[in-house]
Amino acid sequence: MPIDSPTQDGPTIRPMEAIDASAGDVVVLVGTTKGLFSLSSNPGRGAWTLTGPWFQGEEINAAALDCRNGRTRLLVGATSSHWGPSVYRSDDLGATWVEPEPQTLAFPDDAGAAVARVWQLQPAGEARPDVVYAGVEPAALFRSDDGGEHFTLDEGLWGHPHRSQWQPGGGGLCLHTVLPDPAGGPRLAIAVSAAGFYRTLDGHTWEASNTGIRAPFLPEPTPEFGQCVHKVDRHPTQPDTLFLQHHWGVYRSDDFGGQWTEVGADSLPSTFGFPIVVDPNEPGTVYVLPLTSDEFRCTPDGQFRVFRTTDGGDVWHGLDKGLPQENAWLSVLRDGFSADTLTPAGLYVGTRTGEVFASPDAGETWRELARHLPPVLCVKPAVLR
Amino acid sequence: MKVVVRLASALRTYAGGAPRLELDLPAPVTVGALLDAIAVAHPGIGRRLRDEAGIVRRHVNVFVGPDNVRDLDDVETVVPEGAEVAMLAAVSGG
Repeated sequence: MPIDSPTQDGPTIRPMEAIDASAGDVVVLVGTTKGLFSLSSNPGRGAWTLTGPWFQGEEINAAALDCRNGRTRLLVGATSSHWGPSVYRSDDLGATWVEPEPQTLAFPDDAGAAVARVWQLQPAGEARPDVVYAGVEPAALFRSDDGGEHFTLDEGLWGHPHRSQWQPGGGGLCLHTVLPDPAGGPRLAIAVSAAGFYRTLDGHTWEASNTGIRAPFLPEPTPEFGQCVHKVDRHPTQPDTLFLQHHWGVYRSDDFGGQWTEVGADSLPSTFGFPIVVDPNEPGTVYVLPLTSDEFRCTPDGQFRVFRTTDGGDVWHGLDKGLPQENAWLSVLRDGFSADTLTPAGLYVGTRTGEVFASPDAGETWRELARHLPPVLCVKPAVLR
Repeated sequence: MKVVVRLASALRTYAGGAPRLELDLPAPVTVGALLDAIAVAHPGIGRRLRDEAGIVRRHVNVFVGPDNVRDLDDVETVVPEGAEVAMLAAVSGG
């Protein structure tokens, strides 16, 4: 038997500094390659407080603040390069964290796979206030029905006949986007790089749904699957209208992915980029962050500009007031750009060089909230209840 | 036979702070059997050394005496009587 140690490991409680915020405040979780930070502000979003880092040395690819059903729960997907992935949770804004042992986000024994990274922690809508989805690498979807305490593998997607042919993108074979039905129905969509967009209408049976999305890196110009989808977003009041940032092109669908149409090619400086964000107040307003090209993944011309359409994708305009416009060779990853739910929308961008920029007015003006952070992997804002 | 396991400092929190574990296992003891026993006694350590598919993590090194088991018979390496086994973080991580 072991000596000087307990015979059983219980949940690990890690006391840390808490986020100083109260109901109505905005909390922006910033996941980096070396730990988790937070930025918090009152609803005016003028003065911000930086807190952290928590989980020093660990990659934070996924984070969420879940305020449904009376919770104030932080969920964090972390990866130690030595010791593997963990999902941590805190119900006191980060003062203490629970790390379940054994980890509850893990493949079952018969899957023959192991979670390498947690890429997404996505609370479902208000209609299902205890459901949280997790997207992981290797590409798989997990579901929790208790607010992120225990997870179960989605066997339907895991058993999909396409799965053995999915190819990893540069970040790995990751399931990075989960779009639950805002009304609480069984419809659900996910995206995998580089497998494409998949949806289920009945909650069990999955189908690739990439019609219209070009894949110049594959022999077939428009294959059934294999597209390198970088991110997908939609407005909760128009769940059939989807906006998608692909490796080559920005796309729109008006039938939940049944057919995709390229948009923005005439007015964006580049259609290459990673994140795409739909405004929380205006379903036809969408934001992207163009990078020069697949070969040169930096902001075009050394100018850091967010591009916005207000007409559902036809015409895009650059937004640059307060953003660096000289020698700004920046790059933003797929989860490095997001919006809060206030009016007007607050926008938040974290770069691979450790800056965080924010706009309190739907992109009209910007300011730098933080610099010299480790490379930013995800930016996840929420309004505390 | 008794096997003493030296833990990397980051793992000790999952063993109540103990720098070493001592396990009593039926001989012969392989590294794989030792990892199984650690996973049962200390799941928090077990899942940091191996993933849920049972593979020793890439940036974890297991030494039997002075030798990395990757240079021996990996998890089939037999632990000699009296040898200390070290579970350490590789310098390649992070």
